[in-house]
Amino acid sequence: MRRLTYVGGRLALAVPVLFCIAVLNFFLIHLAPGDPASVMAGEGGSATPEYMAMLRHKFGLDQSLPMQLWHYVTNVATFDLGYSFRNDEPVLNLILDRLGPTLLLMVTAFVISVSVGTLLGLLAGTGRNTWRDGASSVLALLASATPSFWLGLMLIVLFSIRLGWLPTSGFETIGSFYEGRAYALDVGRHLIMPALSLALFYLALYTRVMRASVIEQTNMDYVTTARAKGQTERGILFGHILRNALLPVITMAGVQAGNLIGGSVVVESVFGWPGIGTLAFSALQGRDLNLLLGIFLVSACVVVVINLVVDLAYITLDPRMDV
Amino acid sequence: MKAAFTRFARNRLALLGAIILLLVLAMASAAPALYPAGAFALAGPPLQPPGDRFLLGTDTLGRDVAAGIVYGARTSLMIGVSATLAAVLLGVLFGAVAGYYRGRLDVALMRVTELFQTIPSFILAILLVAILSPSVNSEILAIAIVSWPGIARLARGEFASLGGREFVLACAGLGAGDGRIVFRHLLPNCASPLIAVGSLLVASVILFESGLSFLGLGDPNLMSWGLMISAGREVLRSAWWICTFPGLAILATVLAINLVGDGLNEALNPRLRDR
Repeated sequence: MRRLTYVGGRLALAVPVLFCIAVLNFFLIHLAPGDPASVMAGEGGSATPEYMAMLRHKFGLDQSLPMQLWHYVTNVATFDLGYSFRNDEPVLNLILDRLGPTLLLMVTAFVISVSVGTLLGLLAGTGRNTWRDGASSVLALLASATPSFWLGLMLIVLFSIRLGWLPTSGFETIGSFYEGRAYALDVGRHLIMPALSLALFYLALYTRVMRASVIEQTNMDYVTTARAKGQTERGILFGHILRNALLPVITMAGVQAGNLIGGSVVVESVFGWPGIGTLAFSALQGRDLNLLLGIFLVSACVVVVINLVVDLAYITLDPRMDV
Repeated sequence: MKAAFTRFARNRLALLGAIILLLVLAMASAAPALYPAGAFALAGPPLQPPGDRFLLGTDTLGRDVAAGIVYGARTSLMIGVSATLAAVLLGVLFGAVAGYYRGRLDVALMRVTELFQTIPSFILAILLVAILSPSVNSEILAIAIVSWPGIARLARGEFASLGGREFVLACAGLGAGDGRIVFRHLLPNCASPLIAVGSLLVASVILFESGLSFLGLGDPNLMSWGLMISAGREVLRSAWWICTFPGLAILATVLAINLVGDGLNEALNPRLRDR
């Protein structure tokens, strides 16, 4: 029950954040050169004059700036993000259709980067200055300097073009009509390379954080106490150190959620993954600014939700933080 | 002895980074001498593999990939340094005001900082560049706008912890104004963590910029590594070298700056030495 109140409180805190983002969107529309109505109509030049007139009326573009802001925010609050003429569909529908694949990609990359990064950091931190430490440090250094889109292209060259093991792009094999397990396997094969490209950079980050955190925890008094009580080294590591050392990693994971969704824009456009990123890329090509603004808003919502989940994970791991 | 050895080994890494970085710098400054025709000039037949005549091959239009790499280094370094300076300026301004004055202003400014940390920064940067139309200035502005919050938090922490020290009280007692205290006495005292974090920021800015130019948001008049990679995508199957070399250039540059930054971090922030 208390946890439920906590979640409620956090959700209530998310409202001002989303409000600020809507306000930011509004100012971005006005920052763009030209008539705000033409920005909201998508700037593709494909909107009808009737629709432009309707937009001017709906957003009160002949009224004062504060009134316009009010109109914009109330429209966003009722999930009205406008219409994309280029795609001939409401912006919200377009985005919601693409949200699933993006979330699948993000969650997979997140799980890979956190688990492998934690493992490597643990290996490095417990074997300081051994070959394990050196190897994972080198890997982390290289991974944190590699642009994800380039890594993706190189993976395509190696695994798709040279070896022919994995499909180059897309979400599923078109025209195969797989069902059940075969379908999941097919999607999984398409998912491997995009998820790896997206995960590698963050993997490096978590490795470094975990390594530092394991080293810090190893020198704590409670470890000495546990050792004095006759606890085995393995028991100390998994029973005491691991749980405490994970906390900075989780904090970092929450901070990185927003960057992960940004990174997926680039990775998706490399692999033709049918998610929000590919949608953003095509919106960029078509100068459909309103669609981009909608994507920005929805992805901010996703980040707020992820932060909430991370907070919950945090209080589960660290009872001191409980509400 | 062992500790000294590891420190030495770590410094060697920083040294290696510095050497690579110097090479990139030399390459960037020698660009007009090496390739006087510029990066966009047609140098020969298209899609020539790396070889004697073209060290790194030519792209789909017959432009020399090596020339692109050399001129791209200029673009990357220029944007990396100027966007970082802008972000540090913005961040220090926010952080100094919040950390020095504290109180409600501090709370408000930190809320804004948190908001900017929640926002998906890459998507905001895409939006900003798309709205301001792609150019060097809009890229720098967009990257600075999404990169300052980290610096602001660091600066706030430093200013807040220095704010109550005796030398600050002594200054105030001698009648020094806020501006003098902040710029003459506090800022030099938190310069070292700012330099260390700022140098690492240059690396992430270069990565960020390569992503933007890969999506076609770079300055159309300047050659950049991200642009080269995106142009080579179409012929990835037949001409691997067009995408490969610019990526290696990004990797080497970012790696070098990270190594130098880590080295600076250890040298300037001795507290972190044991990590």
